[in-house]
Amino acid sequence: MRRIARFAVLMAMAVLAGCGKTDFSDAEKKTIASLALNTLPALKTDTTNRFADVPAAAALGSTLFFDLGMSRDGTVSCSTCHKIDRQFQDDLPQAVGVGRTNRRTMALAGVARDPWFFWDGRRDSLWAQAVTPLENPLEQAGNRAAYVHYIKARFGDRYERIFGPLPDLSTVPANASPLGTDAERATWNAMSDQQRDAVNRVFANIGKAIAAFERSIEPAQTRFDRFALDLATGAEAKGDAVFSSEEMLGLKLFIGKAKCVTCHNGPRFTDNGFHNTGVPPVAGLPPDRGRVDAVGQVEADPFNCFGAYRDGDVSACGELRFVVKDAPELVRAYKTPSLRGAATRPPYMHAGQFSSLDAVVAHYAKAAPSVEGTSEVHPLQLSDRERAALVAFLKTLAE
Amino acid sequence: MASIWRYVLAGFGLAALLAGVLAIVYLTAPRSAQPFGPDVSRTKKTDNGLYVATFVPERGVVRQGELESWLLTLKTKTGASVERAAIAVSGGMPQHSHGLPTSPQVTDYLGDGRYRIEGVKFTMSGWWQLRFAISSGAGSDTVLFNVVL
Ligand code: HEC
Ligand code: HEC
Repeated sequence: MRRIARFAVLMAMAVLAGCGKTDFSDAEKKTIASLALNTLPALKTDTTNRFADVPAAAALGSTLFFDLGMSRDGTVSCSTCHKIDRQFQDDLPQAVGVGRTNRRTMALAGVARDPWFFWDGRRDSLWAQAVTPLENPLEQAGNRAAYVHYIKARFGDRYERIFGPLPDLSTVPANASPLGTDAERATWNAMSDQQRDAVNRVFANIGKAIAAFERSIEPAQTRFDRFALDLATGAEAKGDAVFSSEEMLGLKLFIGKAKCVTCHNGPRFTDNGFHNTGVPPVAGLPPDRGRVDAVGQVEADPFNCFGAYRDGDVSACGELRFVVKDAPELVRAYKTPSLRGAATRPPYMHAGQFSSLDAVVAHYAKAAPSVEGTSEVHPLQLSDRERAALVAFLKTLAE
Repeated sequence: MASIWRYVLAGFGLAALLAGVLAIVYLTAPRSAQPFGPDVSRTKKTDNGLYVATFVPERGVVRQGELESWLLTLKTKTGASVERAAIAVSGGMPQHSHGLPTSPQVTDYLGDGRYRIEGVKFTMSGWWQLRFAISSGAGSDTVLFNVVL
């Protein structure tokens, strides 16, 4: 009798011990390992920008990134919105440059690994992206002829040491651009093909220098990465690599029942794709249809991969060549943002629609239909405890 | 008093036994959400039986998140290579109600019924489908391949 009793107690203890700890299945462990930063492959060379890994180009790019002179009125630089001590973003729902823009500033860690740029992917290379805010009337608001003159005056020597001789600019008007004011456009149209090409070439090189700098902005190790490494190697977690049971539950939900990992996957927590997730538009902003309106823009961009300013051969242009052009799911589809560091940089989404992670998780749980197009997310049954756990897990990606 | 103890112990023992059985059932059950996955064969008869199609990654392996090229080989029922076929590619993820993240296209004919399909990209793990609409002198037919990552 005694022996049976002892056996029963032992069995019960074993069962209870098994319940207390959040164990991960082999499949879950594999998924967790695929999210860890140590699986991030080395940055590939960008054959479309032969200056991408030239240190002097990156140094010039860094100067230009922080230079207020790179704007119409000398008050705005890239770093006005992409602040170096704030994960290269500005904590605002919509960015403010020369004017107030319609979208939230994107954090830049790891951006050089993306195939598409902006929330809607309307540019296809880091260097083609970099020249866009320079001429956006709400951002830096300048014009390309003025930038080219400015580069010659301020950084002529540095430029020529990297890119070779500057073209003769003596006959190029002070202000001209195909995207500028009526007067700037008229001036641009009056210029010769040769002049326009000379200006575009220097303008593209400005983008290539800035892109070379941006390649150095990479994501940093977080508590999650230390936890994942210990889990993968079977080492006993120590210090801050120990996850609380709440963080453990959050991770389990993220890769399981809540299905976050279907889009937020890989070591940057993004599939580099575009999805309609039913995020509502902001009242008062112009209509914003996301990816569906961006495809035509990237195809028309003279600085795109098919254009005359690409280095290297056309085999690098696969993304543009095989782009999805007209599918219903592009309507109000936005780029999946990386979730690394997200916890410490509210607000969230393409126009700062949500002010906290709690609000983001509530949005996914409810999964309200999209105002236009079809949302890909479906309602989730999440208890208050589970919602809090998801938020707790997201915080481990920012510590 | 002693008899109550005996009931308590018996109760405990039974509960432990039940938990043990449940644990064994749970631990030995297949872990995958989809124990009976889709048919992932690489060679198939087309839907109306006009062709035999084989669809394989050109470099042998599939890497998530990369643009890759695949080879589609088309033979007739009698094993003859199908030349000059017009091929349209579509697809998506049936469980996520979205299409492909890229528009793969036939970019080359390599002889012996082999066609190169470029621009294939799988952005997430899970069940993907690629559908081919094939048209040649032998007639028009369709075939669907499942790819599970
Ligand atoms: C007025 C604020 C502002 C300025 C100035 C600005 N940006 Fe941005 N940046 C934004 C906003 C807002 C977005 C998203 C815009 C959109 O989707 O339409 C963005 C997007 C980007 C992206 C895309 C990131 C991604 O993940 O796709 C990059 C790269 C970038 N900016 C770099 C730069 C560079 C380089 C400069 C200077 C030449 C610059 N930005 C100037 C606000 C700004
Ligand atoms: C269908 C793909 C998809 C799924 C599933 C998904 N997300 Fe997202 N996520 C996105 C996209 C796309 C955005 C940007 C949407 C926008 O701005 O309109 C986003 C934005 C976010 C943001 C804001 C980040 C920022 O910088 O603004 C957070 C946080 C986030 N998702 C967390 C989650 C969590 C947690 C889950 C699971 C409950 C989840 N996501 C599931 C695609 C997805």
